[in-house]
Amino acid sequence: MESEKKDKFNINSHVEEGEVAIELAEDFFMERKYSRTSLYKDAWKRLKRNKLAMFGLSIVILLILIALFAPFLSTHDPIARVKEDSLLGPNKEYWFGTDLLGRDIFSRIIYGSRVSLEVGIIAVGISVLIGLSLGAISGYFGNIPDTIIMRIADIFFAFPYILGAIAIMTVLGPGIINIFIAIGLLGWASFARIFRGSILSIKNKEYIEAARALGASNSRIIIKHIFPNAFAPIIVYATMNVGTAIIVEAALSFLGIGVQPPNPAWGKMLSEALDYIDVAPWMMVFPGLAILITVLGFVLLGDGLRDAFDPKLK
Amino acid sequence: MVYFIIRRILQIIPVIIGVTLLLFILLYIIPEDPAQLILQKGATPEALANLRAKMGIDQPIYVQYWRYIKGLFSGNLGTSYRYQRSVNSILAEHYPYSIKLAFAAIIIEIIIGIFAGIISAIKKYSIWDVLVTISTTILVCVPVYWLGMILQVTFGLKLGWLPMSGYGDGSIRYYILPAVTLASVSTAFVARMMRSTMLEALSNDYITTAYAKGLSQFKVIGKHAMKNALIPVVTLIGLDLGSLMGGAILTETVFNWPGVGRTIYLAILQRDAPVVVGGTVILVGIFIIMNLIVDIIYAWLDPRIRFEKVEPNI
Repeated sequence: MESEKKDKFNINSHVEEGEVAIELAEDFFMERKYSRTSLYKDAWKRLKRNKLAMFGLSIVILLILIALFAPFLSTHDPIARVKEDSLLGPNKEYWFGTDLLGRDIFSRIIYGSRVSLEVGIIAVGISVLIGLSLGAISGYFGNIPDTIIMRIADIFFAFPYILGAIAIMTVLGPGIINIFIAIGLLGWASFARIFRGSILSIKNKEYIEAARALGASNSRIIIKHIFPNAFAPIIVYATMNVGTAIIVEAALSFLGIGVQPPNPAWGKMLSEALDYIDVAPWMMVFPGLAILITVLGFVLLGDGLRDAFDPKLK
Repeated sequence: MVYFIIRRILQIIPVIIGVTLLLFILLYIIPEDPAQLILQKGATPEALANLRAKMGIDQPIYVQYWRYIKGLFSGNLGTSYRYQRSVNSILAEHYPYSIKLAFAAIIIEIIIGIFAGIISAIKKYSIWDVLVTISTTILVCVPVYWLGMILQVTFGLKLGWLPMSGYGDGSIRYYILPAVTLASVSTAFVARMMRSTMLEALSNDYITTAYAKGLSQFKVIGKHAMKNALIPVVTLIGLDLGSLMGGAILTETVFNWPGVGRTIYLAILQRDAPVVVGGTVILVGIFIIMNLIVDIIYAWLDPRIRFEKVEPNI
C-alpha cells in the first residue's frame, strides 16, 4: 500500500502512458483531492446545521418518494370517473374530495407529483446541459464565440420566463415533452452566464496554467479542473430553478397549454377548479398547497445550499 | 455618461432584432394554415389561394420577415386572424387596463414591501421580523393564480367585501384583489431586498455617528440609512414593471381583467398568432426599455459602472 502511494507520485514511471501521467502530475502538483473533498464535506456540515435547509431537503426527499411509490400510496385510480361521486367534499372514502367527474383528488395529487418532478428535473437538466456547453465555449474561448453566445443569451433574458414559455407552447402545442423543451430552452441563459463567469475568474489562475504546461487539452482542462470548481453555484442555481420550472409548468397547465387531460397535473387541476370555487373549494385548496409545498422545498434547499457553499454570502 | 448611454442603446438593437426574429419564426412555423383558419371549413382552394396571396403568406420566409420588421418599425403589428382587425387597435383597446393594474400593483409593492422590509430590519429577530421572513418566503413560492383564487373565495365569496372579478365601473374596489395578487411575489422580493440593504446600511459607521450626534431613530433611519438602502430596491422595482407584464397574463385571466394579458390568453386559445406575437413583442419591448432605463439610472448613481470595461454580462 505504502509503496503504491509512493509510486503514484513518481511521475516519471508513468510518463509514457500520456493521460494517466497528466492526471498523476496534476494530483501531485495541485493536491486537488484534499481540497475537493473538504469543500463538499464542509458544505454538508453547514447544510446539516441549517434547519430550514434540512426542512427543504426533507420535503424534496418526501416528494421523490411519493412520486416513486404513487401506485401504492394512492387510494383510487387517478383518472377513473365515478359519476355518482361528483363534487363530493373531503370524507373518509375520498380524503381530499372529488372533482366534477368524480375523480379522487388525493390520488390525482399523488400522481401529479410525477409530472411536477419530471418537468423540474428534465427541463432543468436540459437548461444545464445547454447552458454549460455554451457557457464553457463562451468563457474559455472568448472573442467572437463569446460575443455571439452572450448576445443570444441577452435575447433569452429579454423574455419574461412565463411569457416566453407561453409563446413557445402556443407554437409547439400542448404536451409534456413540449413543456420540457419550452422550459429547458428558456432557462439555459442563466447557467451559461454563471458558468462563463466562473471560467473567466478561474481560467487565468496558476493551476490552470500549470495544467496547460503539463500538456492537458482544452476539454480536459474544462472538465477536470474548471468544472469541479464552478460546480457549486451551478448546483445552487439548478435547485432553485427546479422550483421555478415547477411553477411555470403549473401555470402552463393552468392556462390549458401544458399537460393535457386526463393526466393529473396540479396546474390543470387548479384550472378545472376555477369554475367551481364557490361550490367545491377543496378542488383548488389541495393542488395549490401541493405546488406551494413542493416549490418551498426546492427554494429552501437552494437557499441552504447557497449559504453552505459560500458562507461569506450570508 | 453619454458614451455609456449610446453603448447601452446600441447593445439592445441586436436584442430587439433577435426577439422579433425568434417570435417571427414561431409565428411562421405555427402548424395551421391561417387562411384556412379565417375562411373556416368548406372554403374552395381558389378562395384559400387568393387569401394567401392577399396576406402575403405564399411568399418566402425572408420576404415575410422583412415585411414584418418594416411594419414593426412603422408601428404596424399585423392583422388578427380572428377579428380581421389590426392588432394595434386590439392592443390599444386593452393596454390602458394592464397599465393601470400594473401601477396599482407597483404602489402596493412600494408601500408594503419597503415598510415590511424596514420594520424587519430595525426590529431584527423580533416577532415582526420572523413574520415578515416567513410570509415573504411563502409568497415567493405561491402560484400567483392560486393566490388570486383564494382571495376571490375569501374576500369576494365568503365575506362579500369586494367584487370577485372584472373591471366593473373601474372604481378602486375592483382593483384591490387583482392588484394585490399581481403584486404578491414582487412585494416579497422588495421586502427581502429592503431588509438586507437596510441591515447593511445600519451597520455603517456613519449611522453610529448619527446616533452619537443625538439624532432620533426616526431621523437616522429615514434620512441617513434610507438613502443608501433604497438604491438597489428602486432598481428592483424598476425591473419589476417588466416581470409584472409576464404575471399579468395569469392574474388577468383569473380575474377576468380586460387587459393585454387576458387578450393574449384568449388569442392563444383561438390560435390567433398575430395577436399573441404582437402582444408579446410589446410586453418584451417594455421589459427591455425598463432594463435600459434602470441601467442608465444606476450608472448615473454609481460612477463605477459607467467606466467599467466592456464586459457587461458578469
